[in-house]
Amino acid sequence: MASLKELAKRKDLLAPGHRLCAGCGESIIVRQILLASEKPVVVANATGCLEVSSTIFPYTSWRCSYIHNAFENAAATASGIEAALKVFRKKGIMKDDFNVVAVAGDGGTYDIGLQALSGAFERNHNFVYVCLDNGAYMNTGIQRSSATPMGAWSSTTPVGKVERGKQEWRKDLVMFAVAHNVPYVANASPSHFMDLIRKAEKAFNANGPALLNVLSPCPRGWRYPQEDGIKIARLAVETNVWPLYEVENGRFKINIKPRETKPVIEWLKHQGRFRHLFKPGNEDMVEEIQRKVDYEWKKLNIFERATSEL
Amino acid sequence: MKRWEIKKVLEREIESLPQGVTIPEAGTSENYITGTWRTFKPVIDFEKCTQCLFCFIFCPDSSIEVDNGKVVGVDLKHCKGCGICAAECPRNAISMIEEREEG
Amino acid sequence: MITRQVLALTGNAAVAFALKQINPDVVAAYPITPQTTIMEEFSQYVANGEVDTELVRVESEHSAMSASIGAAAAGARTITSTSSQGLALMWEELYIASGLRLPIVLVNVNRSLSAPINIHCDHSDSMGARDSGWIQIFCENAQEAYDMTIIAVKLAEDKRVRLPVMINYDGFIISHSIDRVEILSDEKVQQFIGEYKPEFSLLDRNNPVTMGAFDSLGGFYYEYKKIQCEAIDNSLQVMQEIFDSFELISHRQYRTVEKEMIDDAEIIFVIAGSFCGSIREKINEYRSRGIKTGLVKVRSFRPFPDNSYREILKNAKAVLIFDRSTTPGAKGGPLYIEILGSLYGVEKPPEVFNFIYGLGGRDLELDEIDKSLEITEKALRGEVVDRVHWISLKKKEV
Repeated sequence: MASLKELAKRKDLLAPGHRLCAGCGESIIVRQILLASEKPVVVANATGCLEVSSTIFPYTSWRCSYIHNAFENAAATASGIEAALKVFRKKGIMKDDFNVVAVAGDGGTYDIGLQALSGAFERNHNFVYVCLDNGAYMNTGIQRSSATPMGAWSSTTPVGKVERGKQEWRKDLVMFAVAHNVPYVANASPSHFMDLIRKAEKAFNANGPALLNVLSPCPRGWRYPQEDGIKIARLAVETNVWPLYEVENGRFKINIKPRETKPVIEWLKHQGRFRHLFKPGNEDMVEEIQRKVDYEWKKLNIFERATSEL
Repeated sequence: MKRWEIKKVLEREIESLPQGVTIPEAGTSENYITGTWRTFKPVIDFEKCTQCLFCFIFCPDSSIEVDNGKVVGVDLKHCKGCGICAAECPRNAISMIEEREEG
Repeated sequence: MITRQVLALTGNAAVAFALKQINPDVVAAYPITPQTTIMEEFSQYVANGEVDTELVRVESEHSAMSASIGAAAAGARTITSTSSQGLALMWEELYIASGLRLPIVLVNVNRSLSAPINIHCDHSDSMGARDSGWIQIFCENAQEAYDMTIIAVKLAEDKRVRLPVMINYDGFIISHSIDRVEILSDEKVQQFIGEYKPEFSLLDRNNPVTMGAFDSLGGFYYEYKKIQCEAIDNSLQVMQEIFDSFELISHRQYRTVEKEMIDDAEIIFVIAGSFCGSIREKINEYRSRGIKTGLVKVRSFRPFPDNSYREILKNAKAVLIFDRSTTPGAKGGPLYIEILGSLYGVEKPPEVFNFIYGLGGRDLELDEIDKSLEITEKALRGEVVDRVHWISLKKKEV
């Protein structure tokens, strides 16, 4: 794969002048992924922070072709684009090939866009679906989604006398994609950019649908200082909260195994959305979160071993 | 369809609006200044810089200027001053300087 | 010289045949009664390799329209088809297709909307979508469904229009009944629709574009809506031009408002869809009894040919408007309200009555048409009668 120096010589497909918050993780991830594309790119973007901030008419930050259709249908829109590309190439009226990329947040993916994503996976469209997972509906003001972590404050899972933040565990998007038997699925983080860029290259080259589920730090929603996003994303990896792994044709591979796994508190304590967990009486929640992270990590390692000969 | 000119759109010439709300040009947001959001600006000490390019790859605003694969400066028209570059620089070669200090 | 080839086809088979001849780049559709057989037949053409089309068998109507928007934005000639709940599920996407000025063609086989769930015809589905910015055309029979499907492609893609077009015809009565359909040759169809050259395409690598941009306060949403409304208004004239050029290859003449036996008519019936036939038969009978009746058949509902309706109806004594859908909470059916608007300001306007009929597939029996005429004649004699009547309602037998 290309070195960082070589990547820096490529054209950045996301221009500056977009109006995402200072320190937003989304544009970092999009830049890293699109730098990996060796073909022209066409993006289908769901409604969300990225869309409203990067396409304020008549300003666009996209240097590649781009369409925003609606909230729940990035995968269906990408299906249509891919079908058009396929028929033009079949008829011989188009020689260019494109990487078709759908981009959506966790709300547009785990929740409202899940059906369209399932359909597009099952139909085997050749496209890459990128989920920018910041674990809440940030664009509408930090409401909980099915990707919001257990225990997190959000504007619809506030902390009160009875409820202590979100009461449920996150949905597992990667396993959802794996269940569709798509050729390539990966969990990634912008903190480990070479890993993410390598995964993006693999996704672009997968012959069929691919999913990149990328942790997207959000200074507003997670409540941390704007310069800390990459540090916090790195902590998610180092605590096994967000393991870096990929599933290629059903074969699991953990890409980075922390030499010394940090306790989950290290991840929680830098974020205001978890502040209440550190108040006396809430120790049980921190313990429960640690147990769940350990359990998931153990499960992942078992999957890796179990599928190693596939 | 008349030739698209962003200036005419901004001057509210309705006839120059492209069909179907399409922006028929790439990367026009370069003309939009986000540098005014900044309270601290990154200053690179090239004595310390090893050209690891971490600042480039972590910049949310595509504002680390590179030339032939090397960091050459910061695009202050667009840098919002988030400070990720300074926080992630392994050599501490980037400092965040309060804007008004320059006065 | 026109060689006539006649087939016995259901409305849906005729449309599927038109789709085969159009050979669209992309078709994205989802099954729903009574639209299903169009897609079944078209799938067979795809399976046989008789078309080049990429057929996207989507997982919902919402995705059918979403994928159609993606394909059309990528420069593909794109067609979809649905009915009823399917059209309702497409709702938000209908507005996006027209707002982005994407010339998608949608064949809507009219069916009622739930609840109660009912698979039979009325016009609730397309009438509900009348403000979505789509051109809406009604058909009376399989022939018209075939012709209008071909015409829709040319109309939608015309540079002066660039709007999505919805073709509507009655579920089961037209979609599933075998009818006489005169077809054109494949070459004629291809020649007529021509090549589609999009204004912008997502797949033009040298000219990357941003579609579906965000418009915040202080932006151009308001201006764009005005531009869109002007475009659909202007499409009326283009539609007639395309009807005229279609006549040259088919010898079948269409008008944006179809009128029959109007010149001396004192009482005019207005109706859309398959029951035009019943009304026509009745009018012939009335005329034989010396009652000067005439028929106006709805062709284009959007844009609504306001001026034509005013001109055609203004000198009548009475106008009977048959609506196959309702507008709950409003004063009558959608066609009625529309025509009342057209007649505003006319000196000595005709008496106008609204007859709601055929909801959920209820038959419009011929004697019910007689009753509507009786009501009208009563009013013309000066008796006070209601403006809006629900006909063929079940009643307790006395």
